[in-house]
Amino acid sequence: MDLTALTADEVRELLRNKKASAEEVCREHLNRIRQKNPEVRAYLTLSEERALKQARKVDRLVAEGKPLPILAGVPVAVKDAIVTRGVRTTCASKILENYIPPYDSTAVARLEAAGAVILGKTNCDEFAMGSSTENSAYFPTRNPRNPDRVPGGSSGGSAAAVAANLATVALGSDTGGSIRQPAAFCGIAGMMGTYGRVSRYGLVAFASSLDHIGPFGRSVRDVARALKVIAGCDPADSTTADIPVPDYEATLEEDVRGVTVGVPQEYFNGLSPEIGDNIQKGIDRLAKLGCKIACISLPHTEYAIACYYIICTAEASSNLARYDGVRYGLRAAGHDGLREMYKKTRDAGFGAEVKRRIMLGTYVLSSGYYEAYYRKAQQVRSLIARDFLEAFDEVDVIVTPTSPIPPFKLGEKVDDPLQMYLADIYTVTASLAGIPGISVPCGLTRTEPHLPVGMQMLARHFDEARLLQVARAFEKSGGFELM
Amino acid sequence: MSLAAEVRTQYEVVIGLEVHVQLLTQSKIFCGCSTRFGDPANTHTCPVCLGLPGALPALNREAVTMAMKAALALNCGINPRSRFARKNYFYPDLPKGYQISQYDEPLAEDGWLEIELNGAPKQIGVTRVHLEEDAGKSLHEGFPDSDRASYIDLNRSGVPLIEIVTEPDLRSPEEAYEFLTRLKTMMLYLEVSDCNMEEGSLRCDANISVRRAGVSEFGTKTEVKNLNSFRFLQRALAYEAERQIKVLEGGGEITQETRLWDSREQRTHGMRSKEFAHDYRYFPEPDLLPLTITEEWKEEARRSMPELPAARKQRFMREYALTDYDADQLTHSKALASYYEEVVKQGPDPKLAANWILSELMHLLNDAKKDITESTVTPRNLAELLTLIAQGKTSGKMGKEILAEMFASSRRAEEVMAEKGLRQIDDVEMIAAAAREVIAANPRQVEQYRNGKTATFGWFVGQVMKATRGQANPQRVQEVLKKELA
Repeated sequence: MDLTALTADEVRELLRNKKASAEEVCREHLNRIRQKNPEVRAYLTLSEERALKQARKVDRLVAEGKPLPILAGVPVAVKDAIVTRGVRTTCASKILENYIPPYDSTAVARLEAAGAVILGKTNCDEFAMGSSTENSAYFPTRNPRNPDRVPGGSSGGSAAAVAANLATVALGSDTGGSIRQPAAFCGIAGMMGTYGRVSRYGLVAFASSLDHIGPFGRSVRDVARALKVIAGCDPADSTTADIPVPDYEATLEEDVRGVTVGVPQEYFNGLSPEIGDNIQKGIDRLAKLGCKIACISLPHTEYAIACYYIICTAEASSNLARYDGVRYGLRAAGHDGLREMYKKTRDAGFGAEVKRRIMLGTYVLSSGYYEAYYRKAQQVRSLIARDFLEAFDEVDVIVTPTSPIPPFKLGEKVDDPLQMYLADIYTVTASLAGIPGISVPCGLTRTEPHLPVGMQMLARHFDEARLLQVARAFEKSGGFELM
Repeated sequence: MSLAAEVRTQYEVVIGLEVHVQLLTQSKIFCGCSTRFGDPANTHTCPVCLGLPGALPALNREAVTMAMKAALALNCGINPRSRFARKNYFYPDLPKGYQISQYDEPLAEDGWLEIELNGAPKQIGVTRVHLEEDAGKSLHEGFPDSDRASYIDLNRSGVPLIEIVTEPDLRSPEEAYEFLTRLKTMMLYLEVSDCNMEEGSLRCDANISVRRAGVSEFGTKTEVKNLNSFRFLQRALAYEAERQIKVLEGGGEITQETRLWDSREQRTHGMRSKEFAHDYRYFPEPDLLPLTITEEWKEEARRSMPELPAARKQRFMREYALTDYDADQLTHSKALASYYEEVVKQGPDPKLAANWILSELMHLLNDAKKDITESTVTPRNLAELLTLIAQGKTSGKMGKEILAEMFASSRRAEEVMAEKGLRQIDDVEMIAAAAREVIAANPRQVEQYRNGKTATFGWFVGQVMKATRGQANPQRVQEVLKKELA
């Protein structure tokens, strides 16, 4: 039996029936990582010792006949933008190359408390800024479905790890699509909960009002299970909501007949057929499941990219100010005085995209420009959120393509940041509105080389249960088929 | 080269203050670390106040309550919704590269504080009171490699502050001094801060400009920083006002700039404008929700407020029949007012107690450079002394001696009185005996007196007092002498 191809539920069942130990599952994954990672390059750092220790702890529970927690023995990969106590956390940046956090993020602590085994830290775009994982200061990650292609980003390492069976589930972070888009590119499921559903404590901040932690999985059930574990109010993150977390798995298999699915026309205007055809087939499949399909409009969609890149860069320029060489991380040598230390450290420590966003963000917050850019963007953000609120008066779920393009070739877009930004067009709107979203596999492109296409599903604030239900129904109906 | 008084009076000085007050919460404003002062560097730190990647602030409710108490005492309106904002700038002791403060939506606005100068009360407008976090401290001295390196102590990083901004209502350095004094008194009454300028728990910057008398527009202002004591504040502002007048009188213009007070040279220096050409790029803090103050919370803050100086002064005048001046002096410090009330509680005459505290005790304290809280004479002991005086067991004059000894040795009044023989002789027979001796020894004076030269009566009193080594009750001596000389 291939222990690396199992779902979280199957791992737990295996342990319970003593057909395998958590340590075996863990070692099998570490072996596979040793074989496959040199090619995929999903991981930046392995936490082998911590993983084995945790696996043995789970095995002791089995041996003592104690009840097994929900993620017992499940191997998990964690995006390197999420801090892990004692395990190097670089954000794929040179500026944090040797940074070892003294504390765990809430999400990681909750996963481990639920029995999960943290295998290591995955590659991403530097400080989660990018859509291809090519902005990693260390190396690009390859798409396990097609090694010439990018895995998407910024959580490309996590998506690739799950797609290549180098972890059962993974944590990513999503600011403008950084979980959903790589999930689509790698042909797996990836979800971002409502803003405030999952604690951001320990997520290295890129754009605080947009950042989320969320799970990747090869099945909707795994995603639901991991989300349930990491979700919920956290006193350490004031923006988490004090709203009970439902048992997503309990309602997962419910019938979706009668659920109204909205299709926003703005997301299909000018969409290339290689994506559009798959999404249309997906919508037809939902109709066959008994969903009511409704055409809707989200009129402010066209302003979303501009709005998103003003807000996220503004917040980033402030969030990244702490990397100054004073307390931790890189400090450039050969400086003469404080100012030069700052300049040299930040020049040597940050990559081109990070610098570009810091400069953009500094500009839009500067006196004289704040009103025209930042304030205006906040107003547009409210309009985009209102579009969704009004749409959800009519429909339960909205479906769109996750990305306007299939996974592109490594190096294809690195010199064209604007093209890269435009690839986020379908994902940034939900981020701005703070609503939950999931990307699920929706077939392969018709033409060679047959690349994965993702369908994005969105729901009302805190209606993750409904979202997961529809995603699960779609999965069961064969919608996930990638062959 | 001082300015001629005639020139100075042609100008009006306009001052506004920005005061930072450290709140006395147990823990920091956005994390659970202790706020204790004076511990080894960087021992009260955590991921939040160190600004580690991924850490997030969580607001300390107690800091908000304390800030509200201060704002209410300054007659401000509390905004039902306020918001934190990030003030962005690079500095080594600012771990996040931004300070979490409040900007366009402060906690409280639009208040006032009354000051009194030369008996004339005046309301000084308070523009706003807002909450923010303190930065750490840069240590530039005291290390073997201090010529090459600076060290950072982040124990203070994240300690809660309130910033109090006044209207440009102050018209002289003396008024500024008086305002800061009253403000400090208020904060001490509220127990929201210890307002220790040396430890940095009270910090003050001043905006100052001058204009020709009668002109309604403000002149160009400068911001004066580094005012580390009440005296410096007054001196720096006096210096800066005079400097500005001299510039204008010389046909020059005032440059809007930040100037630092140099206490050694007793002057202000302009800072290179580049160092302060900050664009703080304020924007709403996305890591914290807007701060909502419910009516209940506001009431909770209001209920926990003690009696404030103005109210206490009025009560002292009403309950203890004190003069305006005495009541003002006594309530100027919360500790002094409480000391006074402790004394009065023991029974002595309130007026007598006020006199003795404000003159004799304060005198002793000032000479010893001590605060009322450090007084070796307890309220109970002072009350005992005042009772002895009232009962005629000792005199006012001897009482002063007794108090000085009590102050020096922390002993009780009775004990000192007995040991030093400072007991007043009240016994009529003893006094009569002494009087008769004086009369017998001075027949000529007696005869003169009896012949109508009654002005010598005082001389007889003096003689009897002398004979009793000053211990006789003068009242009693007079009564006895009148009888014996008749």
